Amino acid sequence: MSEHDKVALSVRGLRVVVAESGLPIVDGVDFDVHRDEVLGIVGESGSGKTTTALAVLGYASSGAAIDAGTIAVDGASVLDMTDRELRAFRGDRVSYVPQNAGRALNPSFRISTSFADVVRSPAGASKDKASSSLAAVDLPTGDEFLRRMPHQLSGGQQQRVTIAMALSGEPSVVVMDEPTTGLDVVTQASVIEEIRRLRTSRSIAIVYVSHDLAVVSQLADRIAVMYAGRIVEVGPAEQILARPRHPYTRGLVEATPDHTRPSRLVPMAGTVAQIGERPTGCSFAPRCEQSTTECTVEQPALVQQWGRAVACHHASETATVRPRVPIQVDERPCDAPVLEVHGLSASHRSRGETVVVASDINFELYKGECVALVGESGSGKTTISRSLVGLKIPDSGSIRFHGEPVPTRVRRRTPAQRQGIQYIFQDPFDALNPRRQVGDELSHTIRAFRRQSRRDASREVDALLDRVRLPKATASRYPRQLSGGERQRVAIARALASKPEVLICDEITSALDVSVQAAVLEMLTDLRNDLGLSMLLITHDLGVVSVVADRVLVLRNGIICETGAVQDVLAAPQHEYTRKLVAAAPSFVQLNETAYG
Amino acid sequence: MTGVAAVPSRVMLRKLTSRRLRRPKSWATAIAVVVLGSIIGLVIFGPMIAPYDPNTTLGSTYMQSSKEFLLGTDALGRDVTSRVLTGGQTVLMYAAVATVLAYIAGLALGMLAGFVRGSVDNVVMRIVDVLLAFPTLVFVLLLAAAFGRGMPSIVFATALIQATAVARIIRTATLEQSVRGFVEAAVARGERTHTVLIREILPNIAPTLAADVGLRFTWSVLLLASVNFLGLGLQPPTADWGLMISENRGGMDLNPLAVLAPAAILGALTVSINVISDAWADKGI
Repeated sequence: MSEHDKVALSVRGLRVVVAESGLPIVDGVDFDVHRDEVLGIVGESGSGKTTTALAVLGYASSGAAIDAGTIAVDGASVLDMTDRELRAFRGDRVSYVPQNAGRALNPSFRISTSFADVVRSPAGASKDKASSSLAAVDLPTGDEFLRRMPHQLSGGQQQRVTIAMALSGEPSVVVMDEPTTGLDVVTQASVIEEIRRLRTSRSIAIVYVSHDLAVVSQLADRIAVMYAGRIVEVGPAEQILARPRHPYTRGLVEATPDHTRPSRLVPMAGTVAQIGERPTGCSFAPRCEQSTTECTVEQPALVQQWGRAVACHHASETATVRPRVPIQVDERPCDAPVLEVHGLSASHRSRGETVVVASDINFELYKGECVALVGESGSGKTTISRSLVGLKIPDSGSIRFHGEPVPTRVRRRTPAQRQGIQYIFQDPFDALNPRRQVGDELSHTIRAFRRQSRRDASREVDALLDRVRLPKATASRYPRQLSGGERQRVAIARALASKPEVLICDEITSALDVSVQAAVLEMLTDLRNDLGLSMLLITHDLGVVSVVADRVLVLRNGIICETGAVQDVLAAPQHEYTRKLVAAAPSFVQLNETAYG
Repeated sequence: MTGVAAVPSRVMLRKLTSRRLRRPKSWATAIAVVVLGSIIGLVIFGPMIAPYDPNTTLGSTYMQSSKEFLLGTDALGRDVTSRVLTGGQTVLMYAAVATVLAYIAGLALGMLAGFVRGSVDNVVMRIVDVLLAFPTLVFVLLLAAAFGRGMPSIVFATALIQATAVARIIRTATLEQSVRGFVEAAVARGERTHTVLIREILPNIAPTLAADVGLRFTWSVLLLASVNFLGLGLQPPTADWGLMISENRGGMDLNPLAVLAPAAILGALTVSINVISDAWADKGI
């Protein structure tokens, strides 16, 4: 066995439980990671992927406990170590890159101080080590940089610093927990490139945890798909993505949007079973098309087949991934636009300085059309959308709704204008009043716009819930009793309650799991077709754009730099920035051109 | 994975609640409820079971505890037991009135300042700052001087001081809620300010409010007791716990119970109300 084939990390029979109840969060997890290899652990929220990753460091978050299994790093058993040994072990042999670098770095420590904490060697030596680690991730190594505070770095730089810190002890295994989530696409692409390079140059084993299959496909050699605390499929990345054998993996692939192949997504039925509600037998059975009685009785084991391991009783029956059907663009009658924005400029004032966040924005929205406003964080897309609903007062410019000028202040607007333009918020956890039942929230909104008896309103609530495909019983639920996807549906129902003509959707799927996102996007398309709604879709995700939008406006630093039909812009971007954006957006195709025919 | 922490399923929620009952803290709450219940019972039914008239001199001054006078007698030879049993109503009633008044004013101003911001916020908060700058007792003395002695002006002064503190807390809590999606959604619907405040914001600052209300009430009790102790509020011969402490402190070495009994009840009242309001606030989401 050569040095590179050596198994750096070996996990067997890992079981992590809720300390209080003994219910398993993660159960029976086995995997190996070799030197020079990236293992991508993919799963939706609640799948146990972060719990698994933390266990590799011999750590369980509060309320959880590692119950059974063995974890070996370079042959040393992690779970048999004393606390003292563990402290020496973490950082030196195994290190961790957290999800949110901005929060992981102590805001009142200089970068050099943060390094000194990790390196634990004499000041001079720690500085040398810091410099060499920073150089490895393409950051400046000078004293000036080391003296900076975390807030003086960009998000990408902060994440690179945490990666450099993780590398400084020269570990053999690095665990990365969603290190690029929250970064802009262009930054994300460069960080991913960095990680790929480090894997080979440093000869380390990387465990890369992510919810995003497209991102993982960019850098993982092997992929482990987790569902409800177990690995359901693990094997070489190209094989898993090209021909998934577990129905859940197949569902994930089909639900993940890909901007290079705009197509209708296929959402998965149901939601992930929560801890304590997992069924006996296969956890995926309730959501699975090919489940039989066998599946509800017996937990399938991981079996080596077709060059990977699959845990499914009917793996041989799993169909191939449905070919991506290109979206047919219907020619829409272009009569008078519903919404016109002309010369819109807006700014924020902070510490006496005025920062222009949007300048001279012009666009129209026609009936039944979906226009996407694409840009990175700070590009001004949210400011523009808030101006449209009157939550932000723009500096100049005009907004017209059906040809009539719309006042900037929400209170000056006519009821028809307020009713006609509705806004859906990014965060479904924040968008609903936690103290009100769903039915109450919806009927209040109905009655806020239209005089109606309570009985009529409650009948309309039922119809609205039905429209967003939620059961009637949802009306008596509180938001905390709903999942993220369900909450976002309620938020959409609330926007529909006023019978609007224009829906402004601000990153409405970015907090949702892919399978749920696919269902919400599909619903939006149906709403558009059934009700003739016009939509302004604010997003950073070109995949989402390719699935639902007709036209796209690319926003950069508050200026629209390119507009056009979605297919044209994605296929042949004109502006230099758009080209960069399209190139950086993660896609399956970049990994394996031939995998999809 | 953050989603899991943020969206506890119903089962997880049920578990959380049952765990709360098993925590030792719930024992403290249970004890506090019993203590508070007893004190309230004592205040309501005390006058009926008092063995003597609280204002009649029955023995010599500062007699020690005996079969005849369970807690001894006070500076004027009156029965301490009877005076303790009848002395609670005044303090509790005036404190409750002061707290309610403080909340009406403080909530309205605090929510308005936190939600509307701008110049309203500035004016309200600067007035609050000025009022908070006065030492509490000095302020009460000032108002007493201006409006005359007696309970109405004392209660008013207490309410005013408490209202400033309430306004500050409520303003901060309101600021935090004002930027949340459901509040903005209501604003975008064109809802009127008071509807947004009452429907959307008030229920969500209730936990903060719950944690505060006990503190406010006990503060009012203590402040009124101190004012009575100083002789500005209630006048002798009214039986009042605060007043009793001041009247009998000269006889501490002869009959300490005349001071300790009302002081202990005031202490128990303060602690139990705070424990209960903390537990209530914990239940909030």
